[in-house]
Amino acid sequence: MPGLRINMEKLISRFFDLQDADTLSLYRKEGGYAAAKRALDLKPAAIEEEVKRSNLRGLGGAGFGCGMKWSFVPRNTGKPIYLVVNADEGEPGTFKDKYIMTYVPHLLLEGIIIASWAVGIHKAYIYIRGEYELPYLKLKAAVDEAYQAGLLGKNILGSSFDLDVVIHRGAGAYICGEETGLLESLEGKKGFPRLKPPFPAVVGLFGCPTVINNVETLSYLPFIVKSGGDWFAKLGSEKNGGLRLFSVSGHVENPGVYELSMGVTLREIIYQHAGGIRDGKKLKAVVPGGLSAAILTPNEIDVKMDFDSLKAIGSMGGSAGVIVMDETASMVEALRITMQFFAHESCGQCTPCREGTGWIYRILNRIVRGKGRLEDLDHLIDIGNYLGGTTICALADGAQMTFLSYLKKFRGEFEQFIRKSHLKENYANT
Amino acid sequence: MSEFFILTQEIRKKADQICTNYPVKRAATLPVMRLVQEYYGAISREAELELAEYFNIPPADIRELMTFYTLFYSKPKGKCHIQICRTLSCALRGAEDLVHYLENKLGIKTGETTTDNQFSLDHAECLGACEIAPMAQINKEFVGPLTKAKLSQILKQNYAGIAD
Repeated sequence: MPGLRINMEKLISRFFDLQDADTLSLYRKEGGYAAAKRALDLKPAAIEEEVKRSNLRGLGGAGFGCGMKWSFVPRNTGKPIYLVVNADEGEPGTFKDKYIMTYVPHLLLEGIIIASWAVGIHKAYIYIRGEYELPYLKLKAAVDEAYQAGLLGKNILGSSFDLDVVIHRGAGAYICGEETGLLESLEGKKGFPRLKPPFPAVVGLFGCPTVINNVETLSYLPFIVKSGGDWFAKLGSEKNGGLRLFSVSGHVENPGVYELSMGVTLREIIYQHAGGIRDGKKLKAVVPGGLSAAILTPNEIDVKMDFDSLKAIGSMGGSAGVIVMDETASMVEALRITMQFFAHESCGQCTPCREGTGWIYRILNRIVRGKGRLEDLDHLIDIGNYLGGTTICALADGAQMTFLSYLKKFRGEFEQFIRKSHLKENYANT
Repeated sequence: MSEFFILTQEIRKKADQICTNYPVKRAATLPVMRLVQEYYGAISREAELELAEYFNIPPADIRELMTFYTLFYSKPKGKCHIQICRTLSCALRGAEDLVHYLENKLGIKTGETTTDNQFSLDHAECLGACEIAPMAQINKEFVGPLTKAKLSQILKQNYAGIAD
C-alpha cells in the first residue's frame, strides 16, 4: 500500500524469511552468537544495566521490566539459580514463540546464554507446551548442535562459563503458562499456581532463586547486547522498549506474526499490516492482547499497543495476540466460546474461579440455546464481579476482564439476542 | 521390590537417563509418562502403578497427573487422531462446522473413537496456530486452514475406506 507509513525495521522476524535460519551454520553466518561472545566479556552487572535501560518488558504477557525482574534475584544464597524459559505458549490468539522456536531457535539459545551469564545461572529449563511438535524438534536439534559446537555445556565459547539447557515438554494445561503453575509442573506436579510471596525470584524452582522469562523476551537480548539499551528503548514507546511480535488472527485478510514497534496503533496493525478486514467487511470488535484482554470496539483502535497505553483504556497488552472480529461475528457466541475456554482451563484450586467460570459458561450456553432471560445479564455481571482479585493467580482476573468488557460494550446485542429467542419461542408455541 | 512388566528394562533405562536432567527425581514424571505413552499409546492403570513404584510416590499422585493434564490418555486413541481447535480464532473461521462435518462423516461424536479404532475425534483448546485457522492437530501435525473439502481430501489420501 503506497503512501502508508510502515515500520520496516525487523529484528527477530527477519530470520523467519531466511532459508535454513534454524541451522547453526546459517545463524552464525548472519552474525549469530557474536552477542553472546561479547556478553561473556562484559560484567554481568553491566548487562543487567543495559537491559534496564532498554525498557525490555516481559513479553509473555505480564509486561514486567526484564532487568528489574533479574535484579530481584539474590545472588549469594549458596543455592543454584535457575533460568526457566516459559515456552508454554497457550494464551488463545498467540503463536509468536512457535515461530521463534521453529525458525530461529539459536536466537533463543543465545538469549538464554546472555541472561544466564547476567544473573549467574548454570542451568536453564525450557518448558515448551506439549502440543508443539515441530518447534520442539527444531529446538532440540538446535540444543544438540549448540552442545557440539561448544556453545552450551562446559566453558562456553572458550570462556570459563558453564551452562546446561534442558528442554521439558508440558502435557496440555493452559495454567502451566502461569509462572508458578509452570514451576509446579516442572517439579512433576499438577500445575496449581503458588501463593506469592515468596516470589519465584527468591523461592522458585526446587526451592531455589529462579528467573522466569518468556521466549520472545530472551530472544531480544542478543540485539540489546549488540546495539545497546538506549537504541532498543527508542524503537518502542515511552517505558515500553523495542519491538514485539504481534500475532494477528480472526477476520483479517492476512493473519500472521508482525514484528512492530510497541508504539504502533491497533488500527495500523489491522489495516496496514494484516491487510484489513477480510472481504472488505466492517470491523466489529477486537481482542488486543490474547483472550484474557478486554475487548475493544472500532472507536478504540487508535490506541498504542504498548502495555501502559492499553492498560490506560482498561484492557491489556498481554501476549499481543490480536483477534479481529468483523460485522458477521456474534458477540454472544464469541463470549460463550471465551468463557468455555476459561471454564475448561481453570485449574480448580480456587473456588471463585473454578465455580465462577463454569457457572458463567453454563448460563451463556443456555442463552445461546435460546433459553436466556433478560435478568441473566445482571446475574452474570454479579458473578463476574466475584472473579477478580479473589484468587491465587491471574487466570480469573483475565477471565473477568474480558467477560465484563463484552457485557459492558455489547450489552445491547445480548439483550436483543435474548428478546429475539423469546419471540421465536412464542411464535413456536402459537 | 516389585517386578516391572510395562516399564520394561529398555523404558527404565531411558527413564533413568531423563531423571539425570533434574536434581529431584519426581520432576521427571511428565517426560517419563510421555515416554511410556509413546510406547503403548496410552497409560493404563497398571502402568500408573508401575510409574508410582518407579518414582516411589503414591499411585494417587500419578492418577492426579493423568487427570490434570489433557495429553495423557488411559485408552489408546484411534490410528488417526483428529483434534479440532474450538477456541475463538478458529471458531470465528468456522471450526464448529468442521466438527459437525467430521461427526457425520465418521459416525462418532466428539470425544469418541470409531469401532475399528481408525479414527478418534476430539476438541482442543487453542493450539497456538491461529494464523492457519480453522485448524486441527492430526496426530502430531498441525493442519490448516481447513475446509470440508480439504478435510475430506486429507482423510481419503491418508486413510483408505472413507466414504465421500
